[in-house]
Amino acid sequence: MTDTQLLLTVLVIAAVTAALRFIPFFVFSSGKKTPDIILYLGKFLPYAIMAMLVVYCLKNVNVLAFPFGLPELIGVLVAVLLHLLKRNTLLSIIGSTACYMLLIQFVF
Amino acid sequence: MKNLLKTVFIKTLPVMTGYIALGIGFGILLSETGHGIFWSVLMGALIYAGSMQYVAINLITGGASLITTALTTLFINARHLFYGISMIEKYKGTGAKKPYLIFALTDETYSLLCGDDYPENAEKGKYQLAVSVFNHIYWVLGCALGSVIGQTIPFNTAGIEFCMTALFVTIFVEQWISSKKHLPALIGLLSSVICLIIFGADAFLIPTMVLISVLLFAFKPILQKEYKND
Repeated sequence: MTDTQLLLTVLVIAAVTAALRFIPFFVFSSGKKTPDIILYLGKFLPYAIMAMLVVYCLKNVNVLAFPFGLPELIGVLVAVLLHLLKRNTLLSIIGSTACYMLLIQFVF
Repeated sequence: MKNLLKTVFIKTLPVMTGYIALGIGFGILLSETGHGIFWSVLMGALIYAGSMQYVAINLITGGASLITTALTTLFINARHLFYGISMIEKYKGTGAKKPYLIFALTDETYSLLCGDDYPENAEKGKYQLAVSVFNHIYWVLGCALGSVIGQTIPFNTAGIEFCMTALFVTIFVEQWISSKKHLPALIGLLSSVICLIIFGADAFLIPTMVLISVLLFAFKPILQKEYKND
């Protein structure tokens, strides 16, 4: 790619990404009352989306071949347990990430 | 103001770790295609979407057409439509800050701002703006670092990208504890897993979002009734 083509590619990606972020705010502009169904989705979507994002992060894990997704499974379990026990976001993240790094570098 | 920045810094620390690690990864990969810090900073600042930038490297090396580029972006980032829908109320009344807040609404910024755990002593819009700006800076910084230091990092960072997964898991658990209704979380989890199995890793996001919407809509009478009884 030439620099011009590259710049155009970058601008297209940036424009489409920004458009996707702006569309809901334009469609449901603040002047009008937001429809009931959108308020409802807005209220409950975050819970469903967070689950989707977790799965999205783990989408390329192969559970059929060694190490069968074990490092990821253990990492996620450590994050869940740490959070249930201490309820400290930073601790849960640092603890489980360190655990995962040790697992994939030295164990699996 | 100083207090607000301190609160935001602590709140965004996990994102800082993740963004700098993932940004460095991006910078390294982009530099391998022969494009240096100018391009990595430009892409980090303007596109500001982690997974899309990694895909962009493939598009660039493969010489993809602009139409292909636009469609790929549309499919990979369609989930941002969802974030917008759930932030319409939260971003109301933020005035001149609003366009930037919307532009900077990444997965991670969304995950930090979609909940109800805002600091009590800070103005809502200022807090949202600070979180958004901090995250944006971390990301651009990471992209720049990757281009500059390349593969000279002195310790083995393999696996550090897991902190992003850990962030989402932790927020998921936090939401689970603080909410009495687990149905939306279960709908999200089941829909994602089912669609991942059926459609595969590269194509499951859009079917997942459709399924989540359909199921949430189907359970509206139940969920809304409980909500009103709160």
